[in-house]
Amino acid sequence: MTAVEQAYREHWARLLALLTAEVRDLDLAEEALQDAFAAAVSAWPPVPGNPPAWLLTTARRRALDRLRRGALAARKLPLLIVDDPEPPSVIPDERLRLIFTCCHPALSMDARVALTLRCVGGLTTREIARMFLVPEATMAARITRAKKKIAQAGIPYRVPAGPELAERRDGVLATVYLIFTEGYAATGGDRLIRADLAAEAVALGRMLRELLPADPEVDGLLALMLCHHARRDARLGPSGELIRLPDQDRSRWHREEIHEALSLLAAVSERADPRGAGSGQTESGGASGGDPFPGPYLLQAAIAAEHAAAVRAEDTDWPAIARLYGELEQITGSAVVRLNRAVAVAEASGPGDGLKLLDGLDRMLGRHHLLHATRAEFLRRLGREREALDAYERALEVVGTDPERAFLLSRRADLSIR
Amino acid sequence: MRYVLLAVGDEKPWAEAGPAEREEIYARWGRFEELLTARDAGRGGNELAPSGTATTVRKTGGKAVVTDGPYAEAVEQIGGYVTIEAASMDEAIEFAEACPSEIVEIRPVPDQG
Repeated sequence: MTAVEQAYREHWARLLALLTAEVRDLDLAEEALQDAFAAAVSAWPPVPGNPPAWLLTTARRRALDRLRRGALAARKLPLLIVDDPEPPSVIPDERLRLIFTCCHPALSMDARVALTLRCVGGLTTREIARMFLVPEATMAARITRAKKKIAQAGIPYRVPAGPELAERRDGVLATVYLIFTEGYAATGGDRLIRADLAAEAVALGRMLRELLPADPEVDGLLALMLCHHARRDARLGPSGELIRLPDQDRSRWHREEIHEALSLLAAVSERADPRGAGSGQTESGGASGGDPFPGPYLLQAAIAAEHAAAVRAEDTDWPAIARLYGELEQITGSAVVRLNRAVAVAEASGPGDGLKLLDGLDRMLGRHHLLHATRAEFLRRLGREREALDAYERALEVVGTDPERAFLLSRRADLSIR
Repeated sequence: MRYVLLAVGDEKPWAEAGPAEREEIYARWGRFEELLTARDAGRGGNELAPSGTATTVRKTGGKAVVTDGPYAEAVEQIGGYVTIEAASMDEAIEFAEACPSEIVEIRPVPDQG
């Protein structure tokens, strides 16, 4: 990695966040910072003693140049509404403002995802387009539209305060998790996992944890992503086919990532339990005082950790997982959670109990192949093959990716009837 | 920044509301206006008569065609608007949440300066 590449990885988001606060224009800040990195490519080496300071000074100059040339005057976009435009003496960390602005609820989820990857993750528009399987021009237009809306609708450049913070933080977590799940279980295309996208989401999760310390939901999201991400090499077979959790070669799991997730979760419960903490500290959730505890990400992380901690598939503590899904269903009311709970219950107390929990899910999840595939598996285990066959057919009608289709076809072919 | 809050909703409940219910709804709008006044955010607004009273003028091929009814047929119609001055979209959202209307569309007013 060259010094410029390294500086880009380490400092892009921080510098963009700071520059945006100064020039009050996300677009201008981004272009100026890009100019500065381009300048670094030709000016380094020698690498300056303080690379981020060099980049910041250069970017500031470029922003001024652009303003003087009046290239931006023609756009007539209003200035960003910035909470506190005081010029700082050291390089302060403004990334939270950048994140909250990119993930503002007035932006569509697509726009939030694209902006977050571009501005906070530092990915190029081309990279983001490739990850989401859309033409580069489409992605560029999406990002431009989002930046325009930020300026024209007066979406502020600020970290929300008070009760608003927890709610808006959930929007940020949802954006990062959506990026992760799109990488982890792609909804379209010929590849099932886009590890690069999932890795970006994990990096964003780490950044959030640094910026919002001691928030159990932030820790939960990172732990959750790590537990899933750790299994990436074991989830696909040699020809790109899906390998289910019980059949995965657990020696191919990234143990260090699982350890990191488990210690994150251990630290959260230590903070939550004053007896365990021993410091007399009772406040568990720094930034999120009024949250339900445990929240949805922490519960999902606890579930993922149960799977990750099992040495062999048959060591999995299914009753514990079924319980955790029960709690999760209670706070989310989600049909997908109910589906997962049914799977856990089937493992803990038999496919008949799991099948009962699928009742009533067709209205919400009829277009979701996993509902039909799950039902098919339960029916197969109950020896009701005729009904299982029908369920596989319905799953195949709605399945999205090629590897998942291949998996369903092979399961259907395993039935003794046709 | 200036925003217009468009109060959008199904007109039927209002049409069917009795005097007591209407009084209650007006009281809620009164409290909303008090909030705007207290925060020095209100910049005027109006309740609109039901969309059944609307007339639309469409210019096509240099000719103005007058028709009965709103520009778009929909269950949800604009029932009123309030112009506000807010620090940012976040404050506009706060006011929209306090507004009694079931649906509020926030539209920024472009700065002419």
